[in-house]
Parts: sequence; structure tokens; C-alpha cells
Amino acid sequence: MHLYELPLLFALVGLALYTVLGGADFGAGFWQLVAGRGERADEIRDEAHHAMAPVWEANHVWLIFVLTVVWTAYPAGFGSIASTLSIPLFIAAIGIVMRGGAYALRAGTRTAGEQRRVDTVFAVSSVLTPFALGTVIGAIASERVHVGNPGGSLVTSWLNPTSIAIGVLAVASGAYTSAVFLCGDAIRRGEHALAERFRNRALGAGLAAGGAAIAGLIVLHFDAERIFRRLTQGVGLPALIVSVLAGLATLALVWRRRYEPARYTAAIAVAATIAGWALAQNPVFLHGLTIREAAAGHDTLVAVVVAILVGALLLFPSLALLFRLTLGGELRDSGQPSGGAPVRSRRRALVSIRLDARLSVAFLVAGIGFLTVANAQWAHAIGVVCFFGFILSGYRAALPADVVDAGE
Amino acid sequence: MVPEQMNHLAAIVAALGPGEQKYLSQARQMQALSFAVHIPLVAFGIAFPAMILFVESRYLRTGDELYRTLARRWSRILAALFAAGVVTGTILSFELGLLWPNFTGTFGSVFGLGFAIEGFSFFMEAIFIGIYIYGWNRLSPRMHFASGIPIAIAGFTGSLTVISVNGWMNHPIGFRYSHGRVTDVHPLTALFGNSYFWHELTHMYLAGYMVAGFVLASAYASGRLGGRWGRYERTALAVPLAVATLASVAQIFIGDWNGREVATNQPTKLAAFEGLGKTTKGAPVHILGWYTDGHVEYGIPLPRLLSLLAFHSTDATVKGLDAVPSADRPPVNVVRYAFQTMVGIGTGLALLSVVYLATLARRKRLPESTWFYRALVVAGPLSVVALIAGWVTTEVGRQPWVVYEVMRTSEAVTGADVIPVGYATLALVYLALAAGVAWVLLRLSRRST
Ligand code: HDD
Ligand code: HEM
Ligand code: HEM
Repeated sequence: MHLYELPLLFALVGLALYTVLGGADFGAGFWQLVAGRGERADEIRDEAHHAMAPVWEANHVWLIFVLTVVWTAYPAGFGSIASTLSIPLFIAAIGIVMRGGAYALRAGTRTAGEQRRVDTVFAVSSVLTPFALGTVIGAIASERVHVGNPGGSLVTSWLNPTSIAIGVLAVASGAYTSAVFLCGDAIRRGEHALAERFRNRALGAGLAAGGAAIAGLIVLHFDAERIFRRLTQGVGLPALIVSVLAGLATLALVWRRRYEPARYTAAIAVAATIAGWALAQNPVFLHGLTIREAAAGHDTLVAVVVAILVGALLLFPSLALLFRLTLGGELRDSGQPSGGAPVRSRRRALVSIRLDARLSVAFLVAGIGFLTVANAQWAHAIGVVCFFGFILSGYRAALPADVVDAGE
Repeated sequence: MVPEQMNHLAAIVAALGPGEQKYLSQARQMQALSFAVHIPLVAFGIAFPAMILFVESRYLRTGDELYRTLARRWSRILAALFAAGVVTGTILSFELGLLWPNFTGTFGSVFGLGFAIEGFSFFMEAIFIGIYIYGWNRLSPRMHFASGIPIAIAGFTGSLTVISVNGWMNHPIGFRYSHGRVTDVHPLTALFGNSYFWHELTHMYLAGYMVAGFVLASAYASGRLGGRWGRYERTALAVPLAVATLASVAQIFIGDWNGREVATNQPTKLAAFEGLGKTTKGAPVHILGWYTDGHVEYGIPLPRLLSLLAFHSTDATVKGLDAVPSADRPPVNVVRYAFQTMVGIGTGLALLSVVYLATLARRKRLPESTWFYRALVVAGPLSVVALIAGWVTTEVGRQPWVVYEVMRTSEAVTGADVIPVGYATLALVYLALAAGVAWVLLRLSRRST
């Protein structure tokens, strides 16, 4: 492993997490789309909405992560991709806006009818977005993107057999993983009937995703020969095998209603597919551009890698907390009041608000002196601190005492 | 690197070079539209969590349910605004590549790190918003409060890293550039060793508190005019208003500092602020008026003020637009009016704030005059206008450069010729989004009565 490959590895890990986690959120939207009408359909829609509400934003950030790492570490490659594939990327972006918008809107709906309309916008964009992102992967995998602004056709680069096959696969596998996750979720909430309905969907979607994967391989055979060869005979083969086995194992586990382990095998199946693609495509980044050539300079790569490692130290414990709480069913908004309020009415010695106000004015005067009158940079730094001191110390004095008892 | 590889790389970069520029102005408008939608939303991401936490801390101290109800309702509004902020920010991330591939392709290795680090702030924000919003009933009150703290911190670090990128675009350092290629890149120096971004960060951070504060206060002020004025409403008005008024007073001085930084680092931009055609000793400021033929017509002149403000001396020489060829000048009237709008509104808001603070200092209670509340109702939207006008000042004032004096915006633009369709679509979707968000906010606020 070379330094210039490391950021790409991180980006691929991010992509895999996005495909598994974000993909399942999109899949939840898919189930809303095909839920039909009536009360039973509303149950499906509600479950799909509530299961992803606390997590979709965090899951979405993986996409941002992938984008920013690629444009920092492989700028020339990113520029060409963004310009050549501007149409599908734009469709994906619009889909993301509509999805997020619909999510925000749902908070304001009151009647089931309103909710259904919002859910439809949500659902349509949930299918559109993964499909468009899948075509982007297909375009890169079939080497239809060259270096350039734009480097390749704006249309056939992403409307071609490989792109369409991968787009369909993205939608199908999202629906599959999401149904598997939702089974487990419904069981945890004791909704066994609902779990059964998601089980049927999971089994159906599993078969569909498997079919899409096989069809995809056939398409690759004719349309992206290099990838196909390396995937079926070369470095990509182990990953392909893992992916097939994990996919089958998931089906078997869902069949036997073992939803918790199925959650993980489903994730492995998706991640292995991405790994297989990456191994098969290596060392080519775009047509006529190797990873090494696309990579930024040494300092940038080091900085990116260090930033990601440090960030990961913060990120993973936080994510673990979020998922522990969600999977533990603790983040369901049930509307019950919490156990009693912690009354800490220890009345502290009354700090004089008047003193605060004086301090605040002193900060203001000092701030003006250091920032506005003085010219040196160090003075400006002190000045800025003084202005923040002005706001913080003045805050209590700026609150009406009869309204907010800020001081105790 | 072996020469052969060098040649290959040079060819790559040449291929990426400027595309056809038929749609440059649409691309710019599209970028501007997307910012104009994102930035007011992130003002809430910056300031709202801290306000909610303050109210929740009152609940922890006193056990008064009113505070809990208020914090909870606000947290729902935050969730809706955050969702809208997330998607509009995603559009921006896509657009940096989609509209300006040559900018990202050439300089991604220099400034990209800022966004990569920012990604982690977004993660923190998204994760803890999920926990905070959905954890009201499930976490212990203290844990719940604690889960909100990272949101407030991430709002700050997120803006810090984005603005470090903007600071770099305005004052590019930390790399060498020749024949369309960057070498010798030091991303940390470029972003954080840059003296130019601190004033922007401070100014934007305060602007976030002003916008969130005045917009919230303006909603409750209009409630008061409509007769809704219980203790709940008074609290909901006072908490954001108190911080917005303090920030407004500070903002005048921070803004003045911004002006001086611009004067030293981007003299052409400063000349555009004031419509100063010729390099002048003892330069004046004009209020209103219109810039034509190298000077401001019909404006109200304030002699020597510009020299005094920018360089602290009434005799200082200020560089005019004539210092650079006309191809290197920004569109003066846009920049000038944006600047005047911001300063005008900023001054007005600061005066309103002084009225509020003086009433509190003397009487320890909220002002009672209906006029004050009418003014507050307008203050919310006006603060948003000032925010956007400020960014127009900075961004349009930097034109024609996307990276100041290094790369022109026309060199950065995409060669893909689908921009008009994209622009129209985005405008429609944003219109729908705006209508939707307005509808939700109305619903959420109605529910609270
Ligand atoms: C509520 C919003 C708001 C208010 C009331 C003001 N500003 Fe502002 N201003 C902004 C919001 C803003 C901003 C956040 O939109 C900008 C854009 C770039 C930046 O750093 O902050 C800005 C930029 C900006 C710049 C350009 C900085 C650059 O290009 O690097 C200057 C010179 C000022 N401002 C000066 C002022 C002055 C003298 C004000 C006094 C009343 C003022 N601003 C009030
Ligand atoms: C990093 C933080 C940035 C912020 C906060 C910011 C802010 C803004 C805002 C508010 C506008 C609107 C101006 C208007 O309404 O006319 C704008 C315009 C623009 N921005 Fe930025 N910007 C940033 C970075 C960038 C980047 C990375 C680019 C990439 C090239 C960029 C290029 C532009 C261009 C070309 C315009 C249009 C200018 C015009 O119409 O003349 N900005 N920006
Ligand atoms: C004035 C400059 C900017 C500031 C202060 C700012 C700040 C923020 C903040 C605080 C958020 C959190 C969401 C929220 O509170 O609504 C956010 C979201 C976001 N911003 Fe910005 N931003 C700015 C400009 C930009 C630019 C130029 C880009 C990209 C090129 C960008 C990309 C994003 C993205 C992708 C998100 C969503 C993150 C997520 O998924 O959680 N922002 N921004």
C-alpha cells in the first residue's frame, strides 16, 4: 500500500458505509413507494420513516465524506468526473434535496393524506438518487470518463448498459438491506406481524437483488471487459465470492427469522461488492489516468490521512453511541414524559447582575481599544476575545429578570 | 518524478483546462442562489443549539416545565432547519465540482482539506442532533443536555473550516502555481496559517447569532402584536433577542475590522465598496449614489472618512480602481450596493439593540412600546438580507477572480453545456423547498399555541 492509495482506501470504506447505511435509508423510501394505499400501507410507511429518522443525516454525511476526500486527494480525477457526469450527479443532488425536504416537511403534517403526499415525494427521490449514483459508478467502472472538462460524452457516459445495470443494482440492494434491517427493528418493538411483512419483502428483494447482480455481471462481460475479467478471474474474485456467499447467507438467515445476524451479512455482501469493484479497477482511476497520477502532492496526502485518522477517533465512538441508542430502541419518540425533572434549586449566592453589566462594558471598551484603535495583529486577537467576553458577560444582564431568572 | 511522467501530468492538466464558457454567468448565478439558500439556514446551525441549551440549562436548574417545553419545541424547529441545511449544503458540495471542475481539479489539493475536516464536524452535528432530538424522553435529563453540547461545538468548527477555505480563496497562500499546475502544496499553511480568515470567521459567527436571534425574536414579536404574550412567549423572545442585541453592538466594530483587512489585502475590493475610481489621498466615503465613469454620482460625500476608516489617518492614500486594468475590476455597483445594504442594516440593528439594552439596564424589563415590536418584526428579515448582502460583498467583490489574483472564475467554469437546465431545475426545487420549510415552520409554531 502506497501513501497515494491510502485516501482512496478511506474513501472506499466511506463509500461502502454509505452504500450500506445510506442505501438502507433509500431502501426504506423504496418500501414507502410500493406500500400501496390504506391503513396497512400506512403502517409500513410509518415504520420505514421512524426507523431512519434519527440516523439518516449521519448516514448521509458519508457521501459528503467521500466527495471531499476525493476532491482533496485526487483533484484532477474529481474535476473530470464532476464535469463529465454532471447530469447524473445533478439528478442525485436534486433527489437528495427533495428527500431532505420531504423529511423536514413530515414534521408538519397532520392528516394521513398530507403525510402520504409527503412520503411520495420522499419515496420517488429515494429511488432516483441511488439509481443516479449507481450510474456514476457504472460510468467510472466502464472507463467512459476520460480526463477533461468534460472528458467524455455528457449522455452516453452514464446512459449505457453498465451504468444502468449498476443503477438498478443499487436500488435493489438498498431495498434488500433495508427490508432486512426493518425486520429486526419491528421485532425489537414487538411488532411481529409487521416483521413478517418485511420478511416477505426482504426475501423478494433478496432474490431481485441477486438477479440484478447476475444480470450486471453479464452486462459487464460485454460492456466492461477489463473489469469483468479481473472480477471473475483475477484479484477481484475472492471479493466476488464473499459477496455471493454473504448474500445467500442473508437470505437463509432471513428465512429462518434470524434478523440480527442477517443485518451483518447483508452489510458484508454490499461491502464485498464494492471491494471487488475497487480491486478489479485498480490501478486505473479514470480512462488514461492512474491512481498515482491522479493523487495530490505528498503534504496534502499526509494531511488528509492524519485528519481522517484523528477524525475517526471522534467519529466512531459517537456513531457507536448513536446506533446503540437507536438499536436499543431508545430514540423512539413515544411522546411519554420522561421520569421526573431533576430539581436543583440550590439557590447560589446572588451574583450581582449589576457587576456583570459593568464587566461587560469594560470588555466592550477594551475590545474597541484593542481591535479598533490598535493596529497590531496580536492586539486584534485580544480585541476579538474581549468582544466575546462582552457578549458572554453581558448576557445575563441583557435578559429581563422578570422573564428569565438567569441568575441564581 | 521522471520527466516522462511530468509530461503526462502536464497533458492531464491541459485536458482539464477551461471549458467553453458560454454559461459562465448562469453558473455564477446558480452558485449565488445556492449560497443564498444555504447560508441563512446555517446561521441557525451556528447559533440555535446554544440558545436551546441555555433554555434547557434553565430547566435543569429550576425544574420549571416551561423551559423544557420551549427547548423541546425549538429542538424540533432546529431539526427541520438542519435537514434543510444538510441538503442545501450537499448541493453546494456537488456544485463545487459540477460548476467549477477546473477550480476543484486544480486547487483541490490545496483547499480540500478544509472541507474534509468539516466533514467530521457535520458527522458530529448530525449524530448528536439525532440523539438530542429523539432522546428527549429516553435519556436522563443531564445526559440529554450533554448530548446537545457537541452540536453547538460542531456548528462553530464547521463554519471555521468552510470559512478557512473562503479566506484562502481571498488570500491564497501555501502553494506555487505555474502553467496551470500547483506544486509545493502546504494545505495546513494555506488554510490555517492564513491571516485572512479570522476576521471573516468572527464576523460570520456573530452574524449567525444576529440572524438566528432576530429571526426568532421577530416571530415572537409578531405574536405579541397579534396578542399572544404569555410568559412562554416572553421567554422565547428574550433569550434570542438578548444575544442578538449584544452581537449587533459588537458586529459594528468587527465589521470595521473586516473593512481594514480588506483595505490592506484586497485594495481593489475596497475601491469597489466605495466606488473610488482613482487612487486618492484623503479619500471620501459616499452614501447612496451610483457609480459611473470612475466616480460616484448623486451620493452624499463624507470627506476623508474612507482614509480614516481604512488606514486610521485622514491623509492616507487609498488605492482606486484605476490601479488595476479594467478586466480585473469587479462589478462596482453590485458590490457597492451590497456593502451599503449590509452596513446600513447593521447600523440600524445596532441602534435598535441599544434601545433594547438601555431599557434593560434602566428598567430590568422588556421594552413596552409597540413600535419596538414592530421594528423587531422587520429586524428578522433584514438581518437575513444583511447576511446575504455581506456574502455578495465578499464574493462578487473578489471577482473576476475565483482564487484571488491566481485563477479567474472564467477559467474555473465547467465545459458541460447543461447549466441552464440545471439552473432552472434547481431554482424550481428551491422554490418548492422554501415554500415547504415556511409551511412547516408555520405549522410547528401554530402547534405551540
Ligand atoms: C447579520 C449580518 C451582518 C451585519 C449586520 C454586518 N455584516 Fe459585514 N458581512 C457579513 C454579515 C454582516 C457576512 C457574514 O455576510 C460577511 C461575508 C463574508 C464575511 O466574512 O462576512 C460580511 C462581510 C463584510 C466585509 C467584507 C469582508 C471580506 O471581504 O473579507 C466587510 C468589510 C464588512 N462585512 C463590514 C461590515 C460593517 C462595517 C458592518 C457594520 C455595520 C457589517 N459588516 C455588518
Ligand atoms: C467557502 C465558503 C464560501 C462562501 C461562504 C461563499 C459565499 C458566496 C455567496 C453568498 C455568494 C453569493 C453572491 C451573490 O449572491 O451574488 C457567492 C457567489 C459566488 N461564489 Fe462563493 N462562497 C464560498 C466559496 C466559494 C467557492 C469554493 C467557489 C468556487 C469556485 C465560489 C465561487 C463563487 C462564485 C463564482 C460566485 C458568483 C459570483 C458572482 O455572481 O459574481 N465561492 N459565494
Ligand atoms: C458561510 C459559509 C458556510 C457556513 C458558515 C457553513 C456552515 C454549515 C453548518 C453549520 C452546517 C450544518 C447544517 C446546518 O446547521 O444547517 C452546514 C451544512 C453543510 N454545509 Fe455548509 N457552510 C457554509 C458554506 C458551505 C459551502 C461553501 C459548502 C460546500 C461547498 C458547504 C457544504 C455543506 C454541507 C455538505 C452540509 C451538510 C452536512 C451534513 O450532511 O450534515 N457549506 N454548513
